[in-house]
Amino acid sequence: MPLSTSQSLIIFGIISLITFIIRATPFILFPDNKETPKYIKYLGKVLPSTIIAMLVVYCLKDVNVLAYPNGLPELISIGAIVILHIWKRSTLLSIGGGTLIYMALVQTVFI
Amino acid sequence: MTLNKHKEALKVAFPYTIPVLTGYLMLGAAFGILMKSKNYSLIWTLMSSIFIYAGSMQFVSVGLVASGFNPISAAIMTLLVNARHIFYGIAMLPKFKGLGRKKWYLIHGLSDETFSILSSVKIPSHIDRAWFLFYITLLNQIYWVIGSGLGNLVGSIVSFDIKGIDFVLTALFVVIFIEQLLTKKSHLLEIIGAGSAIACRLIFGPDNFLIPTMILILILVIILKKPLERRT
Repeated sequence: MPLSTSQSLIIFGIISLITFIIRATPFILFPDNKETPKYIKYLGKVLPSTIIAMLVVYCLKDVNVLAYPNGLPELISIGAIVILHIWKRSTLLSIGGGTLIYMALVQTVFI
Repeated sequence: MTLNKHKEALKVAFPYTIPVLTGYLMLGAAFGILMKSKNYSLIWTLMSSIFIYAGSMQFVSVGLVASGFNPISAAIMTLLVNARHIFYGIAMLPKFKGLGRKKWYLIHGLSDETFSILSSVKIPSHIDRAWFLFYITLLNQIYWVIGSGLGNLVGSIVSFDIKGIDFVLTALFVVIFIEQLLTKKSHLLEIIGAGSAIACRLIFGPDNFLIPTMILILILVIILKKPLERRT
Protein backbone atom coordinates (compact mmCIF):
# COMPACT_ATOMS: atom_id res chain seq x y z
CA MET A 1 0.00 0.00 0.00
CA PRO A 2 1.37 3.43 -0.95
CA LEU A 3 -0.11 4.98 2.23
CA SER A 4 -0.43 3.80 5.84
CA THR A 5 -3.71 2.27 7.02
CA SER A 6 -4.88 5.43 8.78
CA GLN A 7 -3.87 7.67 5.89
CA SER A 8 -5.70 5.40 3.44
CA LEU A 9 -8.78 5.43 5.70
CA ILE A 10 -8.75 9.24 5.75
CA ILE A 11 -8.46 9.56 1.95
CA PHE A 12 -11.10 6.92 1.14
CA GLY A 13 -13.29 8.29 3.95
CA ILE A 14 -13.16 11.83 2.55
CA ILE A 15 -14.04 10.55 -0.94
CA SER A 16 -16.94 8.50 0.41
CA LEU A 17 -18.30 11.35 2.55
CA ILE A 18 -18.10 13.99 -0.19
CA THR A 19 -19.65 11.64 -2.75
CA PHE A 20 -22.62 11.06 -0.44
CA ILE A 21 -22.97 14.77 0.35
CA ILE A 22 -23.04 15.59 -3.39
CA ARG A 23 -25.68 12.92 -4.01
CA ALA A 24 -27.79 14.05 -1.04
CA THR A 25 -27.59 17.82 -1.57
CA PRO A 26 -30.75 18.20 -3.70
CA PHE A 27 -32.72 16.06 -1.24
CA ILE A 28 -31.48 18.05 1.77
CA LEU A 29 -32.20 21.40 0.10
CA PHE A 30 -35.66 20.32 -1.07
CA PRO A 31 -37.10 17.91 1.51
CA ASP A 32 -40.37 15.99 1.06
CA ASN A 33 -42.34 18.09 3.52
CA LYS A 34 -41.66 21.39 1.74
CA GLU A 35 -43.01 22.51 -1.61
CA THR A 36 -40.20 22.29 -4.19
CA PRO A 37 -39.64 25.66 -5.96
CA LYS A 38 -41.14 25.81 -9.45
CA TYR A 39 -37.78 26.33 -11.10
CA ILE A 40 -36.31 23.21 -9.52
CA LYS A 41 -39.38 21.22 -10.54
CA TYR A 42 -38.86 22.45 -14.09
CA LEU A 43 -35.19 21.38 -14.00
CA GLY A 44 -36.18 18.00 -12.59
CA LYS A 45 -38.49 17.54 -15.54
CA VAL A 46 -36.12 18.59 -18.32
CA LEU A 47 -32.72 17.44 -17.03
CA PRO A 48 -33.08 13.60 -17.25
CA SER A 49 -33.42 13.58 -21.05
CA THR A 50 -30.38 15.82 -21.44
CA ILE A 51 -28.29 13.78 -18.98
CA ILE A 52 -28.88 10.48 -20.80
CA ALA A 53 -27.58 12.16 -23.98
CA MET A 54 -24.58 13.46 -22.01
CA LEU A 55 -23.86 9.97 -20.65
CA VAL A 56 -23.81 8.49 -24.16
CA VAL A 57 -21.21 11.07 -25.17
CA TYR A 58 -19.33 10.46 -21.89
CA CYS A 59 -19.03 6.74 -22.69
CA LEU A 60 -17.57 7.60 -26.10
CA LYS A 61 -15.26 10.36 -24.87
CA ASP A 62 -12.03 8.46 -25.55
CA VAL A 63 -12.92 7.52 -29.12
CA ASN A 64 -10.45 9.14 -31.53
CA VAL A 65 -11.90 9.47 -35.03
CA LEU A 66 -8.58 10.67 -36.45
CA ALA A 67 -6.57 7.56 -35.58
CA TYR A 68 -7.11 3.88 -36.39
CA PRO A 69 -9.73 2.37 -36.00
CA ASN A 70 -11.35 5.82 -36.34
CA GLY A 71 -14.26 5.02 -34.04
CA LEU A 72 -15.55 2.44 -36.50
CA PRO A 73 -16.23 -0.33 -33.94
CA GLU A 74 -18.35 2.10 -31.90
CA LEU A 75 -20.09 3.52 -34.99
CA ILE A 76 -20.97 0.07 -36.40
CA SER A 77 -22.13 -1.32 -33.05
CA ILE A 78 -24.29 1.70 -32.23
CA GLY A 79 -25.74 1.56 -35.76
CA ALA A 80 -26.60 -2.09 -35.14
CA ILE A 81 -28.21 -1.21 -31.80
CA VAL A 82 -30.35 1.47 -33.45
CA ILE A 83 -31.54 -0.95 -36.15
CA LEU A 84 -32.12 -3.82 -33.71
CA HIS A 85 -34.00 -1.58 -31.32
CA ILE A 86 -36.29 0.03 -33.90
CA TRP A 87 -36.94 -3.42 -35.37
CA LYS A 88 -37.60 -5.51 -32.24
CA ARG A 89 -37.92 -2.87 -29.49
CA SER A 90 -36.42 -5.30 -26.96
CA THR A 91 -33.99 -3.61 -24.56
CA LEU A 92 -32.04 -6.73 -23.65
CA LEU A 93 -31.74 -7.93 -27.25
CA SER A 94 -30.50 -4.53 -28.41
CA ILE A 95 -27.94 -4.23 -25.59
CA GLY A 96 -26.79 -7.86 -25.87
CA GLY A 97 -26.61 -7.83 -29.65
CA GLY A 98 -24.77 -4.52 -29.79
CA THR A 99 -22.24 -5.65 -27.19
CA LEU A 100 -21.54 -8.96 -28.96
CA ILE A 101 -21.02 -7.15 -32.27
CA TYR A 102 -18.64 -4.69 -30.58
CA MET A 103 -16.68 -7.53 -28.94
CA ALA A 104 -16.42 -9.39 -32.25
CA LEU A 105 -15.20 -6.25 -33.98
CA VAL A 106 -12.49 -5.31 -31.47
CA GLN A 107 -11.33 -8.92 -31.08
CA THR A 108 -11.24 -10.00 -34.72
CA VAL A 109 -11.59 -7.13 -37.21
CA PHE A 110 -10.04 -4.05 -35.63
CA ILE A 111 -7.24 -5.55 -33.57
CA MET B 1 -45.21 -5.97 3.11
CA THR B 2 -45.39 -9.75 2.89
CA LEU B 3 -42.53 -11.95 1.77
CA ASN B 4 -44.40 -12.69 -1.45
CA LYS B 5 -44.64 -9.01 -2.29
CA HIS B 6 -40.88 -8.69 -1.80
CA LYS B 7 -40.27 -11.66 -4.08
CA GLU B 8 -42.52 -10.15 -6.70
CA ALA B 9 -40.83 -6.72 -6.59
CA LEU B 10 -37.43 -8.41 -6.81
CA LYS B 11 -38.55 -10.60 -9.71
CA VAL B 12 -39.87 -7.66 -11.71
CA ALA B 13 -36.80 -5.55 -10.88
CA PHE B 14 -34.17 -8.11 -11.87
CA PRO B 15 -34.54 -8.08 -15.70
CA TYR B 16 -33.94 -4.31 -15.77
CA THR B 17 -30.57 -4.87 -14.11
CA ILE B 18 -29.20 -7.60 -16.40
CA PRO B 19 -27.13 -5.25 -18.62
CA VAL B 20 -25.69 -3.67 -15.48
CA LEU B 21 -24.92 -7.14 -14.10
CA THR B 22 -22.63 -7.84 -17.04
CA GLY B 23 -21.05 -4.41 -17.09
CA TYR B 24 -20.50 -4.05 -13.36
CA LEU B 25 -18.98 -7.50 -12.91
CA MET B 26 -16.42 -6.67 -15.60
CA LEU B 27 -15.68 -3.06 -14.67
CA GLY B 28 -15.81 -3.91 -10.97
CA ALA B 29 -13.25 -6.66 -11.60
CA ALA B 30 -11.02 -4.15 -13.38
CA PHE B 31 -11.22 -1.90 -10.31
CA GLY B 32 -10.42 -4.82 -7.99
CA ILE B 33 -7.33 -5.64 -10.06
CA LEU B 34 -6.22 -2.01 -9.96
CA MET B 35 -6.56 -1.99 -6.14
CA LYS B 36 -4.57 -5.23 -5.99
CA SER B 37 -1.81 -3.67 -8.08
CA LYS B 38 -1.33 -1.09 -5.29
CA ASN B 39 -1.48 -3.84 -2.65
CA TYR B 40 -4.94 -2.95 -1.37
CA SER B 41 -6.51 -6.20 -0.20
CA LEU B 42 -10.05 -7.56 -0.49
CA ILE B 43 -11.40 -5.69 2.54
CA TRP B 44 -10.26 -2.31 1.16
CA THR B 45 -11.76 -3.12 -2.23
CA LEU B 46 -15.11 -4.17 -0.75
CA MET B 47 -15.24 -1.13 1.58
CA SER B 48 -14.58 1.18 -1.37
CA SER B 49 -17.35 -0.43 -3.45
CA ILE B 50 -19.79 -0.40 -0.53
CA PHE B 51 -19.12 3.07 0.88
CA ILE B 52 -17.88 5.13 -2.06
CA TYR B 53 -19.79 3.28 -4.83
CA ALA B 54 -18.98 5.68 -7.65
CA GLY B 55 -17.12 3.82 -10.36
CA SER B 56 -15.06 6.50 -12.04
CA MET B 57 -14.18 8.10 -8.69
CA GLN B 58 -13.04 4.74 -7.34
CA PHE B 59 -10.64 4.38 -10.26
CA VAL B 60 -9.40 7.93 -9.68
CA SER B 61 -8.97 7.22 -5.94
CA VAL B 62 -6.30 4.61 -6.66
CA GLY B 63 -4.27 7.22 -8.51
CA LEU B 64 -4.82 9.65 -5.62
CA VAL B 65 -3.49 7.36 -2.89
CA ALA B 66 -0.59 6.37 -5.12
CA SER B 67 0.46 10.02 -5.45
CA GLY B 68 0.86 10.55 -1.69
CA PHE B 69 -1.21 11.73 1.29
CA ASN B 70 -3.15 14.78 0.17
CA PRO B 71 -6.69 15.07 1.61
CA ILE B 72 -7.37 18.48 0.05
CA SER B 73 -6.71 17.33 -3.50
CA ALA B 74 -8.76 14.17 -2.81
CA ALA B 75 -11.69 16.37 -1.74
CA ILE B 76 -11.42 18.68 -4.76
CA MET B 77 -11.04 15.77 -7.16
CA THR B 78 -14.17 14.13 -5.72
CA LEU B 79 -16.17 17.34 -6.19
CA LEU B 80 -15.03 17.62 -9.81
CA VAL B 81 -15.55 13.99 -10.80
CA ASN B 82 -18.89 13.57 -9.03
CA ALA B 83 -20.51 16.96 -9.60
CA ARG B 84 -22.87 15.41 -12.17
CA HIS B 85 -24.64 13.59 -9.33
CA ILE B 86 -26.29 16.89 -8.31
CA PHE B 87 -28.21 16.69 -11.59
CA TYR B 88 -29.30 13.12 -10.86
CA GLY B 89 -30.66 14.19 -7.48
CA ILE B 90 -32.63 17.12 -8.88
CA ALA B 91 -34.09 14.81 -11.54
CA MET B 92 -35.03 12.19 -8.94
CA LEU B 93 -36.70 14.54 -6.42
CA PRO B 94 -40.26 13.66 -7.53
CA LYS B 95 -39.59 9.92 -7.92
CA PHE B 96 -37.99 9.59 -4.46
CA LYS B 97 -40.77 11.49 -2.69
CA GLY B 98 -42.36 9.77 0.28
CA LEU B 99 -40.08 6.72 0.33
CA GLY B 100 -39.18 7.08 4.01
CA ARG B 101 -35.87 5.76 5.22
CA LYS B 102 -35.27 3.74 2.03
CA LYS B 103 -34.71 7.05 0.28
CA TRP B 104 -31.29 7.49 1.92
CA TYR B 105 -30.05 4.23 0.48
CA LEU B 106 -31.47 5.09 -2.95
CA ILE B 107 -29.54 8.38 -2.79
CA HIS B 108 -26.30 6.58 -1.90
CA GLY B 109 -26.87 4.02 -4.64
CA LEU B 110 -27.64 6.49 -7.43
CA SER B 111 -24.83 5.59 -9.85
CA ASP B 112 -24.88 6.62 -13.53
CA GLU B 113 -26.39 3.28 -14.54
CA THR B 114 -28.92 3.09 -11.69
CA PHE B 115 -29.97 6.66 -12.47
CA SER B 116 -30.49 5.85 -16.14
CA ILE B 117 -32.68 2.85 -15.28
CA LEU B 118 -34.68 4.54 -12.52
CA SER B 119 -35.31 7.66 -14.59
CA SER B 120 -36.60 5.71 -17.58
CA VAL B 121 -38.40 2.76 -15.98
CA LYS B 122 -42.20 2.54 -15.95
CA ILE B 123 -43.13 0.98 -12.62
CA PRO B 124 -45.77 -1.75 -13.04
CA SER B 125 -48.88 -0.73 -11.08
CA HIS B 126 -49.20 -3.95 -9.07
CA ILE B 127 -45.66 -3.65 -7.69
CA ASP B 128 -44.71 -1.69 -4.56
CA ARG B 129 -42.95 1.40 -5.94
CA ALA B 130 -40.50 1.95 -3.08
CA TRP B 131 -39.28 -1.65 -2.95
CA PHE B 132 -39.04 -1.87 -6.73
CA LEU B 133 -36.72 1.15 -6.87
CA PHE B 134 -34.86 -0.17 -3.84
CA TYR B 135 -34.20 -3.60 -5.36
CA ILE B 136 -32.97 -2.21 -8.69
CA THR B 137 -30.53 -0.01 -6.77
CA LEU B 138 -29.45 -2.78 -4.40
CA LEU B 139 -28.98 -5.41 -7.13
CA ASN B 140 -26.78 -3.05 -9.13
CA GLN B 141 -24.58 -2.29 -6.12
CA ILE B 142 -24.31 -6.01 -5.27
CA TYR B 143 -23.00 -6.69 -8.81
CA TRP B 144 -20.41 -3.95 -8.40
CA VAL B 145 -19.29 -5.18 -4.97
CA ILE B 146 -19.04 -8.80 -6.15
CA GLY B 147 -17.23 -7.82 -9.37
CA SER B 148 -14.64 -5.73 -7.55
CA GLY B 149 -14.11 -8.42 -4.90
CA LEU B 150 -13.62 -11.15 -7.50
CA GLY B 151 -11.24 -8.95 -9.47
CA ASN B 152 -9.19 -8.30 -6.35
CA LEU B 153 -9.04 -12.00 -5.43
CA VAL B 154 -8.49 -13.78 -8.73
CA GLY B 155 -8.25 -11.07 -11.38
CA SER B 156 -4.55 -11.27 -12.03
CA ILE B 157 -4.70 -15.05 -12.52
CA VAL B 158 -7.48 -15.07 -15.12
CA SER B 159 -6.43 -13.56 -18.44
CA PHE B 160 -8.95 -11.26 -20.04
CA ASP B 161 -10.23 -12.78 -23.27
CA ILE B 162 -13.41 -10.75 -23.09
CA LYS B 163 -12.10 -7.54 -24.56
CA GLY B 164 -14.85 -5.08 -25.34
CA ILE B 165 -17.44 -6.38 -22.90
CA ASP B 166 -17.49 -3.08 -21.03
CA PHE B 167 -19.29 -1.73 -24.09
CA VAL B 168 -22.44 -3.20 -22.48
CA LEU B 169 -22.83 -0.06 -20.34
CA THR B 170 -22.47 2.21 -23.40
CA ALA B 171 -25.12 0.06 -25.09
CA LEU B 172 -27.41 0.49 -22.07
CA PHE B 173 -27.24 4.29 -22.30
CA VAL B 174 -27.63 4.18 -26.08
CA VAL B 175 -30.79 2.06 -25.85
CA ILE B 176 -32.34 4.30 -23.19
CA PHE B 177 -31.49 7.25 -25.43
CA ILE B 178 -33.11 5.66 -28.52
CA GLU B 179 -36.18 4.72 -26.48
CA GLN B 180 -36.42 8.37 -25.40
CA LEU B 181 -36.20 9.53 -29.02
CA LEU B 182 -38.86 7.04 -30.13
CA THR B 183 -41.38 7.86 -27.40
CA LYS B 184 -41.14 11.65 -27.34
CA LYS B 185 -42.51 14.06 -29.93
CA SER B 186 -40.01 16.87 -29.38
CA HIS B 187 -36.30 16.06 -29.37
CA LEU B 188 -35.08 19.47 -28.30
CA LEU B 189 -33.82 18.19 -24.92
CA GLU B 190 -31.86 15.35 -26.53
CA ILE B 191 -30.33 17.83 -28.98
CA ILE B 192 -29.38 20.17 -26.11
CA GLY B 193 -27.78 17.33 -24.10
CA ALA B 194 -25.89 15.68 -26.94
CA GLY B 195 -24.95 18.97 -28.60
CA SER B 196 -23.57 20.49 -25.38
CA ALA B 197 -21.61 17.34 -24.53
CA ILE B 198 -20.10 16.99 -28.01
CA ALA B 199 -19.18 20.70 -28.21
CA CYS B 200 -17.56 20.64 -24.74
CA ARG B 201 -15.76 17.36 -25.43
CA LEU B 202 -14.21 18.93 -28.55
CA ILE B 203 -13.24 22.13 -26.75
CA PHE B 204 -12.13 20.85 -23.33
CA GLY B 205 -10.85 17.36 -24.21
CA PRO B 206 -11.90 13.97 -22.80
CA ASP B 207 -10.98 14.54 -19.14
CA ASN B 208 -12.48 17.93 -18.26
CA PHE B 209 -15.66 18.34 -20.25
CA LEU B 210 -18.44 17.18 -17.90
CA ILE B 211 -18.68 20.30 -15.75
CA PRO B 212 -18.66 22.72 -18.71
CA THR B 213 -21.29 20.47 -20.33
CA MET B 214 -23.54 20.67 -17.27
CA ILE B 215 -23.20 24.46 -17.10
CA LEU B 216 -24.02 24.76 -20.81
CA ILE B 217 -27.06 22.47 -20.46
CA LEU B 218 -28.31 24.55 -17.51
CA ILE B 219 -27.92 27.81 -19.46
CA LEU B 220 -29.70 26.36 -22.51
CA VAL B 221 -32.67 24.89 -20.64
CA ILE B 222 -33.10 28.18 -18.76
CA ILE B 223 -32.95 30.26 -21.97
CA LEU B 224 -35.27 27.83 -23.78
CA LYS B 225 -37.74 27.43 -20.89
CA LYS B 226 -40.73 28.76 -22.83
CA PRO B 227 -40.41 26.58 -25.97
CA LEU B 228 -39.47 23.56 -23.83
CA GLU B 229 -42.52 23.92 -21.60
CA ARG B 230 -44.75 24.22 -24.63
CA ARG B 231 -43.39 20.97 -26.06
CA THR B 232 -43.25 18.72 -22.97
